[in-house]
Amino acid sequence: MTDRALAVVRAGALTTVQDLGRPGHAHLGVPRSGALDRPAADLVNRLAGNPPAAAVLETTLNGCAVRPRSTVTVAVAGAPCRVTVDGRPVAWGAPVRVPAGALLDVGPAVSGLRSYVGVSGGIAVEPVLGSRSTDLLSGLGPPPLTDGTVLPLGRPAGAHARVDVAPQPAPPAELVLRVTLGPRDGWFTPEALRTFVSRPYRVSPASNRIGLRTEGPALERARAGELPSEGMVLGAVQVPPDGRPVVFLADHPTTGGYPVIAVVRAADLAAAAQAVAGTPVRFVAVRRR
Amino acid sequence: MKVLPVGEDALLVEVSSGDEAQALHAELLRRRAEGSLSAREIVPAARTVLLDGLDSPARLAAELTAAQLPPAPPRARAVVEIPVRYDGPDLADVAAHWGVAEREVARLHSRTEFRVAFCGFAPGFGYLTGLPPRYDVPRRATPRTAVPAGSVALAGPYTGVYPRSSPGGWQLIGTTAAVLWDHARVPAALLSPGTRVRFVPVEQVGHS
Repeated sequence: MTDRALAVVRAGALTTVQDLGRPGHAHLGVPRSGALDRPAADLVNRLAGNPPAAAVLETTLNGCAVRPRSTVTVAVAGAPCRVTVDGRPVAWGAPVRVPAGALLDVGPAVSGLRSYVGVSGGIAVEPVLGSRSTDLLSGLGPPPLTDGTVLPLGRPAGAHARVDVAPQPAPPAELVLRVTLGPRDGWFTPEALRTFVSRPYRVSPASNRIGLRTEGPALERARAGELPSEGMVLGAVQVPPDGRPVVFLADHPTTGGYPVIAVVRAADLAAAAQAVAGTPVRFVAVRRR
Repeated sequence: MKVLPVGEDALLVEVSSGDEAQALHAELLRRRAEGSLSAREIVPAARTVLLDGLDSPARLAAELTAAQLPPAPPRARAVVEIPVRYDGPDLADVAAHWGVAEREVARLHSRTEFRVAFCGFAPGFGYLTGLPPRYDVPRRATPRTAVPAGSVALAGPYTGVYPRSSPGGWQLIGTTAAVLWDHARVPAALLSPGTRVRFVPVEQVGHS
C-alpha cells in the first residue's frame, strides 16, 4: 500500500464513502445512492481542492477519526461539529492541513446529523458502476467504515480553496419540504390530502439513508387494493399501509408498490439529510414550475 | 395511455397491461438511442414506465399523450438459459396451488419462455413473466427472514431468482448456480428488462 491512504481510527456510528452516486442504472434495480447532503459534499470537495465527483466521507451523529499516512488537506462541513488535529481545535468549514501521521478527529454533530469530510485527492476505493458510494440498501460499493479500515486516497488534483470559512445553512429547526402532488394523490381521500399539507409531522428515529420516516396523522386511502410495482424517484413521498409518509432519499429502492402521494423538490432534500429525530416536518404543496 | 407528472422532471406513463409496458419501454429505449428522447432513467415496471431526468417533461407529456406508440417488435435477443434444480421448499405448496404433481411444476416451469418485464428489489433481480395467469401463486403468509442466493421463486404472475441472500416472501421452487449479479462483469446484471429466459432442469447431483 502506498502512503496515499487514510487509516480509520474511530469509524463512528455510521460513516460511509459517498460521491455523486450511480444514476442511470435504476432499470437494473440499482439505487442512485450518493451523498445525502449534496451541497455539503460539494463544499468539502471545493475546499479540499477536489473535483465535484471526488469521494468524501459521510458521518452520522458522532463523527469519526482518521489518520492520514501522508500530509493532506481536509475540510469538514455539513453538520457543525468540533474538529481537532492531534487534539488541537482546527477550523470547521475551511481547508485544514493535516500532517502525515496526525489524528484528525471529527466530533459529534452539535446540531444536524451528517458531517462530510473531504480529503485532498479524494477517497479512491474501487468504483462500482462508476461510483464509489456505499449503497446501504443493495450493498454495492465499499461497506461502512470499521475501525482499522485503510482507505486509499487519489492524487490531489489542484490547490485547495483560499477561504477562512465558507457560509453554510444551519441544520433545520423545522423541516419545510415543498412538494408537488402526484403521481398517486388520487389514491387518497380529499381529507388525507388536506391533512398531508396542513398538519405537522415529526422526523421518526427510524429514518436512514433509504428514507426519512415521519410520525404524525395517518393518511387515509380513497381506494383499497394493491398498486402494481412502479418506478420511484428521489424525493418521492410514499405512503405505506400505516399511513405515515416516507420521503425516499438517496438509497431508495428503484421500484415500489405503495402509492406516492407527492414528490419533494430536490433542493429541499439536503435539509432532510440533516434533520434529527423529533424535528417538526411540514409538507407544503407548490405548483409545478 | 395515461401520462402522470412526477415531481419536477419525471413522468410516469401508465398503460393497461404488462405487455404494453414492455412494448412502450422498448419504444422509449429506441427513441433515446436515436437521440429524439433525453432521459437519465427509463424504468419499466408492472404497468408503467418511469422517465426520470427529463429536460422538458410538460412538452414530452403532451407529445406522448397525443402519440400512438407502435407496438415494438420483439427484439431478436438470445435466450439466457438458467440451469435449475427443482428442489425448493415450497414446491409442494406450489404444486397444490396449481393442482398438479410436483414433477409437473418443474415440467411446466421449464418449458415456458420467460421475459424480464422489469427489475427492482435488488440489483439483478428481474420480474419474469411468461406463465399463464392460471399459474399465479400468492406470496407466503409469513416471509422468510433469509432466502438463499440463487433461489428460483414464484409470486403473483412472476418468476424471480434471488441474486443474493435476503428476506423474501416468494414461493421457492428451486435453486440455480447462475450468477445473477457480478459488478466485476460486463454487464453486471445477467437479466435486464426485455431479456428472454429459459430455465433448464439439471439432474440432482449427489444424494440430497
